[in-house]
Amino acid sequence: MEQKYIPSKYMPPKYIPKSSLKAWLAKVKDDGRHIYAPVTENGKTNFKRVKSVDEISMEHIQTAQSAKGAVFPRTEKLFSYAGGQQGDVALQDYNPNDIPDTVVFGLHPCDAAAFKSLSGIFSWGAKDRPFDERMKRVTLVGVSCGRSDVFCFCTSVGGHPGSAEGSDILLTAVGNDGYLVEIITDRGQALVEKGADLFEAAAAGVSKEEHLASVPVRFSVEEVQRKMAGSFEDDIWKKQSARCIGCGACAFVCPACACFDIQENAKGNGAGDRIRCWDSCGFSLFTLHTSGHNPRSVQSQRWRQRLLHKLCYMPDRLSVRGCTGCGRCSRACPVDMNLAEHLKEFERLKV
Amino acid sequence: MNELRSKVKELLGSKEIDLFVGYEQGTRLPRPLIAASAEEADRLIFDENCTGNLAVYLTRRELAGGKKVGIAASYYAMRSISRLLDENQLREGMVKVFGLTPDGGLKLLDAIADVKQHLQEASAPSRQVEDEWVKEIEDMPPAERWKFWTGELSKCFKCYACRAACPMCYCTKCIVEVNRPQWIQPWAATMSNVEWQISRVMHMAGRCADCGACGAACPLGLPVHIIAHKMAEMVRQNFGEPTEKGNVLSTFNPNDEENFIW
Amino acid sequence: MADNIYLPYLATIEKITQEAPGVKTFRLKFKDEEVARSFEFKAGQFGEYSAFGEGECTFCIASSPTRKGYIECTFREAGKVTSALARLEEGQTMGFRGPYGNTFPMDEWKGKSLLFIAGGIALPPMRCVIWNALDTRSSYKDINILYGAKSVADLVYKHELKEWEERTDVNLLTTVDPGGETPEWKGQVGFVPAVLEKMNPASENTIAVVCGPPVMIKFTFPVLDKLGFKPENIYTTLENRMKCGVGKCGRCNVGSKYVCKDGPVFSRAQLEALPAEY
Repeated sequence: MEQKYIPSKYMPPKYIPKSSLKAWLAKVKDDGRHIYAPVTENGKTNFKRVKSVDEISMEHIQTAQSAKGAVFPRTEKLFSYAGGQQGDVALQDYNPNDIPDTVVFGLHPCDAAAFKSLSGIFSWGAKDRPFDERMKRVTLVGVSCGRSDVFCFCTSVGGHPGSAEGSDILLTAVGNDGYLVEIITDRGQALVEKGADLFEAAAAGVSKEEHLASVPVRFSVEEVQRKMAGSFEDDIWKKQSARCIGCGACAFVCPACACFDIQENAKGNGAGDRIRCWDSCGFSLFTLHTSGHNPRSVQSQRWRQRLLHKLCYMPDRLSVRGCTGCGRCSRACPVDMNLAEHLKEFERLKV
Repeated sequence: MNELRSKVKELLGSKEIDLFVGYEQGTRLPRPLIAASAEEADRLIFDENCTGNLAVYLTRRELAGGKKVGIAASYYAMRSISRLLDENQLREGMVKVFGLTPDGGLKLLDAIADVKQHLQEASAPSRQVEDEWVKEIEDMPPAERWKFWTGELSKCFKCYACRAACPMCYCTKCIVEVNRPQWIQPWAATMSNVEWQISRVMHMAGRCADCGACGAACPLGLPVHIIAHKMAEMVRQNFGEPTEKGNVLSTFNPNDEENFIW
Repeated sequence: MADNIYLPYLATIEKITQEAPGVKTFRLKFKDEEVARSFEFKAGQFGEYSAFGEGECTFCIASSPTRKGYIECTFREAGKVTSALARLEEGQTMGFRGPYGNTFPMDEWKGKSLLFIAGGIALPPMRCVIWNALDTRSSYKDINILYGAKSVADLVYKHELKEWEERTDVNLLTTVDPGGETPEWKGQVGFVPAVLEKMNPASENTIAVVCGPPVMIKFTFPVLDKLGFKPENIYTTLENRMKCGVGKCGRCNVGSKYVCKDGPVFSRAQLEALPAEY
């Protein structure tokens, strides 16, 4: 495995003892930043705003949900209005001052990489202010993966359990006592400076490689992409999606899915909020016209859209893939639509 | 296993069924397999670990519409099938049901009367875990109970996996998608999530098979099946078992007591 | 609005015209004078229209960019938002975001003849182009319009149809579906593709613009083939469900093309390269 350090002016890496990690986070938190980190409740680990750094759990392989809510909340106000239809409508623009400086701590490289996918979508052409304002205020502290499971396939889609892509800081547990600290960006450096005395110089020759999970490459993504692009009319979509029950679990847990709906939260007296909320291309009504016509009327068309969007359309139009191999969709799926397995089938397809 | 595979291949070959809804080995657990060819039928498995409710596929028009379908049915799936027939969502003669005998043998139920018979004879798999949940929640004072449910449901992001996994949720347009008027706000927020679950379970009154598929489907592990379980129990206590004459939700009886509404 | 793409301009409904049963045209004037002065768009573009309290819906700008100071939209009452819009009265306020999408390449069409074929409520996107062409009449050669609707009552822009009929520099043919005629009806009776065949327009140096329900388009294309129109000289606009209008919400794409960004205007040649997903 090739060692993937992203060249940074903050080389060489530093080291922080495990015992100092929470002290550093506490300093970051005391500085007024919101910290979102993995917290385990009722057997499920999820990103949550922590009141105390002691709540943070580091034992999980993957959180149930991704960290995308930090920049793309499941429900978000776009602007407010008052006065309604009485002639004089007053608009109140989106207010970025409400957005706190936020640190997402403990996300894995697949999730950090997915922030690039999200940026690709939200920065295509017109700027998306709500997304941009959140991105400006978020610092990503990634943690390399020491363990993986059967659903992980980051290495098949250009990722790596120790990749620093997308992170501002990447921690890698080296042994039981501490973390190697790669500082990637200025924003990462600023965060380290909140507790600079807690960091040490990394021991010479320390390598993160031996501490990383081994995630086998399952397929050649270039080959899958090529075959998939030429398979729009193939039977494979119908075959693969036969058992799909059309819920939105895969899309909602996906770190790179950004489809949304725009809705009206009317509060009476002509006042209300225009909001956006998560939506899923897997829902049957997603593309339904008011006339009753539906361009993607059956599940196989929606399954095709989901995969083509991530693996072909996004690379084609946005130069970024819509899948980082986190495996959440496969873990969350009520009927075990294992994505890596389905992608691999395309590799074997004769086009 | 071999018996099922050869039987399904025989039925597919003789065109007695167009497809078979069964299980195959999945990533970790058995998962649904829609088999339409002998090759696919060779991947079928069926044992006591196959508990997912496959009846959900029977009302999917694009999959099973107008087709003769064979199905591997767990006890609760059979209950769903029986109720779907009572609600005229399935047609007698279009479904061949395969069940398991207590010793793991294969049992073919050709007529719906056989399914109903089987349901009476076989004992329902335990709902002890669910009963304990209900007890625990009912022991909470109202304020704590409210906190528990709003706490759990605040996490819901409205992926509707609970709905998609339910054989009885066969409406083509669900109440959450009706927007004139907008009965329930379609975005995820604690109160609208609570409204969604209440609406869902109200529509299950006397219809829910109590299979637990809704809770099992939830990617966030929210115990939404507990609400359905409680509803099923409450309806059973107050109205008895549903019959082919209709269920509590869709029938009106002037003699119905109203003392359960509080 | 420069900042937040989701924040609409406020506009006053200056004038409401009842075009046909359930179909209205709104003339909108932007409340902000600076916006009213600087707002520009081109033929073929669309916008997101807000009924505050109900939401947004998507339709084209139906007025011509040559007519400054206002924009118009024509819509049929169909869903939640269009019904709410239909309840609004003159003088009331609504919202508009846009203009979005690509445009009809009218500059490239200069010196050519134009043939417009529209069905039912699909005249609005074309009305924008028609007036644009008529207002810059010397740039184009012959202008022919074929417009069909289910019935006489369903014809929209009745006053303008009359005006086009009376003008000598444009040739208008109207038709209604069999059974949709009234005793006074002097136009054609028959479906658009059949009337088009009878009309037999020249294809040489001519651009055809076709807008209508999918079934009309499906049967009109073969007639245009027969008349000798090349796919690159036939244009239409696509409508897919949209929410954002700016390429983010994930609904309107046809294959890798986004109706909101790459469209809504497509030549038939471009359309043929797309998967059947619209």
